[in-house]
Amino acid sequence: MSLAEAINFSNRLPALKIPGRLQRWVSPLVLLAVWELGSRVGVIPEHVLAAPTAVLQTIWQMVSSGELPINMLVSLGRAMAGLAIGVSVGSALAVAAGLSRAGENAVDPPVQMLRTLPSLALTPLFIVWFGIGETPKIALIALATTFPIYLNLYNGIRGVDPKLIEAARSFGLRGSSLIADVVLPGALPSFLLGLRYALAGSWLTLVVAEQINASAGLGYLINNARDFSRTDEIVVCLIVYALLGLTADAIVRALERRALAWRPSFIKS
Amino acid sequence: MVQASIHPFNPAPAAEPESSPTRQSAVQIRNFSRVFGETAVLRDLDLEIGAGEFVALLGRSGSGKTTLLRTLAGLDQADAESVRTPSSRAVVFQDARLLPWKRVWRNVALGLSGADARGRAEAALKEVGLGHRLDVWPSTLSGGEAQRAALARALVREPRLLLLDEPFAAVDALTRLRMHDLVLSLWRAHAPAVLLVTHDVDEAITLADRVLVLDSGRIAAEEVIDLPRPRDGGPAFQAVRRRLLRRLGLDLPPPAGGEGELVAYPTGEVL
Repeated sequence: MSLAEAINFSNRLPALKIPGRLQRWVSPLVLLAVWELGSRVGVIPEHVLAAPTAVLQTIWQMVSSGELPINMLVSLGRAMAGLAIGVSVGSALAVAAGLSRAGENAVDPPVQMLRTLPSLALTPLFIVWFGIGETPKIALIALATTFPIYLNLYNGIRGVDPKLIEAARSFGLRGSSLIADVVLPGALPSFLLGLRYALAGSWLTLVVAEQINASAGLGYLINNARDFSRTDEIVVCLIVYALLGLTADAIVRALERRALAWRPSFIKS
Repeated sequence: MVQASIHPFNPAPAAEPESSPTRQSAVQIRNFSRVFGETAVLRDLDLEIGAGEFVALLGRSGSGKTTLLRTLAGLDQADAESVRTPSSRAVVFQDARLLPWKRVWRNVALGLSGADARGRAEAALKEVGLGHRLDVWPSTLSGGEAQRAALARALVREPRLLLLDEPFAAVDALTRLRMHDLVLSLWRAHAPAVLLVTHDVDEAITLADRVLVLDSGRIAAEEVIDLPRPRDGGPAFQAVRRRLLRRLGLDLPPPAGGEGELVAYPTGEVL
């Protein structure tokens, strides 16, 4: 069968007349239906994986009791606190290394060495240093978010077109106005890319950090659910993790659309 | 040929009382050399540009044109003894070098201090025919429009020395002709001294009061262009063109009509 025939064939396929936009939803819904059916007939036991309808019920219970929102806020707070510290430290280091040779020599070598360490490998050390309270969790997240911000912003600053800097200098821009008008706006796309990586990193680290003896938060809920083999609650928490990650990504993308409105790709759309 | 030290130039419009360098000259370079490693890019160079004078600088790649322009622009360090330039100077580069994250008028207003930077930027943009493009992003401008914006950005500073670094090399031929007219009218209106660095012999003859040929870091030839503007490509123009091309190492045969055609026109008006 030629390619053209194959395309024709697939065009004739939707005899059900499903609108094009909804076609992508068909297979996920079918999978959900199979999952539900498997649970109902007992192929998938509840202690392995709860049925979708059971998960929905659990969501409703956990939301209406306030258990889910409260713990979600705790996790969100940890992620944001760690992210804020990581972004601040990473930006400060990147600006110091990006703007001066002395700063580069002082900052870049140690940071490049440290970034090769998987930040989660420091968990035991952080527990020894900071105990098992909030501090090691936030410190881990801060550490994991510092490096993507540093690497991208530093590259962005160094990658600003030297011709633009030269032109701005020829028009009398110096020092802080040169940095504010030329260097930082030029590095902004790289910074936002770093922010995306940092957000992804903060989520990943949050999941692990919350396994450290937490008494609140999504990780605490998951640990509790594990102890009682409540697969429905575990699935609920996984869904919340996914939704939070999607939301964070959407926020950064909205930020990019606003801050990078000058880019040709955004002007067209 | 003549060293570019003493030359006649058109009576300059009354220069504002300014201290540097002298009343009637905008640029003075005396015995200036610039050495990168082993090679001297500029050697014992003398150059004077009168206030309000339009000078074009021709030269092959590597002749030191760009180095000279960068020196005059203050982008390369030079000692104040041998290079004297007015403090108000502005450059238009070959690529417009607009900051893509600033709207067009903000690019023009870049580094302007004082009140009403927007008003001044607007006026300059209207003057170059971009009054309708004030608030767009630079990436939406055509090549010609971007160069107009770059011209506006240079002129809004009311420079006494305007440095043009092959500003029309990247625009299409038709746009280039329009830009020539624009540059001439802006030059007449604002009367800065202009140094135009170019590869294009015709462009140099069309625009400048005086054309210099730079070769191996020295000014190898000078032609004062005494033709009335606008300059068409008449025989006198062609004669200058041929002489300059020969200086640049390109020997053209005389036109098909032979030199006899030239005799009918006075060609003695050029050096």
